[in-house]
Amino acid sequence: MLYFSPAKIITISAICVAAIIFAVPNFFSTETVKSWPSWVPNNQLSLGLDLRGGAHLLYDMDVDELRANMIRNLRGDVRQRLIENKIGGITGRIANGVQTRLANPADMPKALETLRQLAQPVNLGIFAGSDERDLTVTQISDQVIHILINDAGVQQRIGEAMSGAIETVRRRVDAYGTAEPIITRQGSNRILVQVPGVEDTQSLKELIGKTAKLTFHSVHPTEGISSEASPARGEYKSFPAAETSDEAGAFYFLREIPVVRGDQLKSAAQGFDQRTNEPIISFTFNQEGARAFAKFTSENVNRPFAIVLDGQVLSAPVVREPILGGSGQISGGFSVKAANDLAIQLRSGALPTDLKVAEERTVGPSLGADSIASGMLAGVVGVTATIILTIWIYGTFGFFAVLGLIINGLLIVALMSTIGFVLTLPGIAGLILTIGMAVDANVLIYERIREELKGGKTAVSAIDVGFGRAMETIFDSQLTTFAAAIIMFWLGSGPIRGFAVTLSIGIFTSIFTAVFVVRMMIALWLQMERKKSRNVDVPI
Amino acid sequence: MSVIPHIKGHKLFESKEEIQFMAFSQPCLIGSIAAIILSIALWASFGLNYGVDFKGGSMIEVRSKQGPADIGALRNAVGALGLGSVQIQAFGSDRDVLIRVEQQKGGDEAQQDALAKVLSAIGDGYEERRKEVVGPTVSSELRTTGLIAVLCSIIAIICYVWFRFEWQFAIGAVVALIHDVIITIGVFSLLQLEFDLSTVAALLTILGYSVNDTVVVSDRIRENLRKYKKMELPQLLNMSINQTLARTLMTSLTTLVVLLALYVLGGEVIRNFSFAMVFGVIIGTYSSIFVAAPLLARLGIKRDWSGIARGAPAKAG
Repeated sequence: MLYFSPAKIITISAICVAAIIFAVPNFFSTETVKSWPSWVPNNQLSLGLDLRGGAHLLYDMDVDELRANMIRNLRGDVRQRLIENKIGGITGRIANGVQTRLANPADMPKALETLRQLAQPVNLGIFAGSDERDLTVTQISDQVIHILINDAGVQQRIGEAMSGAIETVRRRVDAYGTAEPIITRQGSNRILVQVPGVEDTQSLKELIGKTAKLTFHSVHPTEGISSEASPARGEYKSFPAAETSDEAGAFYFLREIPVVRGDQLKSAAQGFDQRTNEPIISFTFNQEGARAFAKFTSENVNRPFAIVLDGQVLSAPVVREPILGGSGQISGGFSVKAANDLAIQLRSGALPTDLKVAEERTVGPSLGADSIASGMLAGVVGVTATIILTIWIYGTFGFFAVLGLIINGLLIVALMSTIGFVLTLPGIAGLILTIGMAVDANVLIYERIREELKGGKTAVSAIDVGFGRAMETIFDSQLTTFAAAIIMFWLGSGPIRGFAVTLSIGIFTSIFTAVFVVRMMIALWLQMERKKSRNVDVPI
Repeated sequence: MSVIPHIKGHKLFESKEEIQFMAFSQPCLIGSIAAIILSIALWASFGLNYGVDFKGGSMIEVRSKQGPADIGALRNAVGALGLGSVQIQAFGSDRDVLIRVEQQKGGDEAQQDALAKVLSAIGDGYEERRKEVVGPTVSSELRTTGLIAVLCSIIAIICYVWFRFEWQFAIGAVVALIHDVIITIGVFSLLQLEFDLSTVAALLTILGYSVNDTVVVSDRIRENLRKYKKMELPQLLNMSINQTLARTLMTSLTTLVVLLALYVLGGEVIRNFSFAMVFGVIIGTYSSIFVAAPLLARLGIKRDWSGIARGAPAKAG
């Protein structure tokens, strides 16, 4: 238990030195650290929103409404198919899909064939290549057909709607102009938006929460695009070009009443033109949108129409030919990425359901600063008291334990800043608590050594037995705290997770310091003492 | 390097004779059972003061920009909005005020509308320090996950202790845990302290800490069981508790010191969180000495178990 090979000593010391080096940047201001050469470790702890101030907004997408919209669109499509194929029947909603009752049972084979063409293969990543489809068409009786939306189809639709919605939210938060916003998907239908340093959350929420509005407008026949906004005239109004578009800074003069609205768009995807191989965006309208768009494009061949998202003109492609079937493509010298972005924006503009704030947590910067100050004060006082207590109770060995504690604290800070875990207020509490509890490992060992000494053992064997016997107990007791921390991590939102993270990191570092660092210090100390005299007096 | 001074430590606690913990076991068990019943009764009759995490609704902390906050005026302004139950209280200093508005009917959007109304009613004289708005879907999810988290922790700990020790130890440990959790909840109900997600995190930490304590005592009991095969069980338990007493007290003390520092100096935001943990450490220490071990004496333990696993005659350890 008390022999350390030189290799071990070097490794343990190297880890301690690394802990110091990687923790050091946290003791300097951000400006100072930035001026350091790049090869010096310069990662600082990132502070959670509760410490630096900021907004945490959890948005919820209404999946039921999404499903209802899918069924509504499906009913339109089914009706259109039947009309196109001159099949008479009544189509109505049922749970999870629609039901069609044919007027003439003789149409059944034809109806089944045409309706089965509606079903699209589902591409859910893992199922790629499988022949699963988004719809199931079944004959119920000689007149009745059920067209049901499969779960896979719903999941795919939710996935599309979510990626579109996340894109929209990101675009809007970026437009808000704060540093380092974090936008992540949570679960199947939630979006978490974390924006540091925001004070006026009301305006942020308004910006994010307004319904994404995609519209198609006709362009004024003579004054299409200009460098300055013109005053509204008659039915026409100026719309700015989007900052991402090629015409950024310019203004389009458009008819204010849209030709087609985004909620009439059924899908949009990036693809390639079959002839020219140039990136395009292909899109499909629902029945209503298709009709309006067919009429508009027939009347406006070779004239531009404008695609407007949230009041900004994304692009103004020219109608090359009438688009009658409800689907078409937008081309216009896009790069693949630009086409893909625009497709996502079109999809998100077509977002059929609102985002609602399901949870909001905001901390003002003054409270954040106060929390850091009071957390630090509590930490300094708590840790100082622990240090005094430990040295008072265990003397020189207590001093070794305190050195271990300090290395422990530095290790936690170093690990958290290098890996990039976020420090929260409960995280500070976890850190302080870990320091208080980390002494436990040393206490177990030292109390055991005292007992063995009292039982008449020599210094060397008492220390040896103390470390050996206590080890099992240390593992046992720390493992249970670790289990609680894991469950907490799973349970928690931001701040609580911070607590769980510091607690679990602290468990490993405190086992490491007690079992290796402090034991090594004591082993080295013992070696020196034994050179001085045969009878070592244990200062404990 | 040979100048490291020899400093002797001090005994935190010294007693010439063994303390007869087992003698107190009867009154302690009765006291604990009474405390559990009382806690459940409090919980059932007064309920818990659930925070927005579990109840939904909004919580807004504001600080007056000049001078002390006028709580009466705030109460009138916010009360006039007709948002149902509204609690307004001073929070830490006389400039800080905490406003709580109950969950509004009408889903997530209604909470947001209520928040906007309250913020405009408060006016310009106050700075927003903190806002927490939780809608009905999230709060019901958090209630479920909170409950599952506590149950999962208890089950995980039962399995762990059962796996490492005999089943009697697992029962002792778990009864001690449930004891700690229920009495802590009872105190939260009695004092009507806010019970939220961070309180659950504190409860989970208490679970970890309390079982930690129990495991240390159990480890020693098991070791002594191997060493002293003929000793009467109550006497052996008593000896084990006495042997681990110094450690139990010292660890509790260092943990308590840092927690008290957090409670007193750590600020209003985590005061309830640190209170739960201070209380939990005290009750956890008590329960591993006065609940878990005496329970073992009552359940009885198979004495000769070191050899069974190896299928060889037991050897003195």
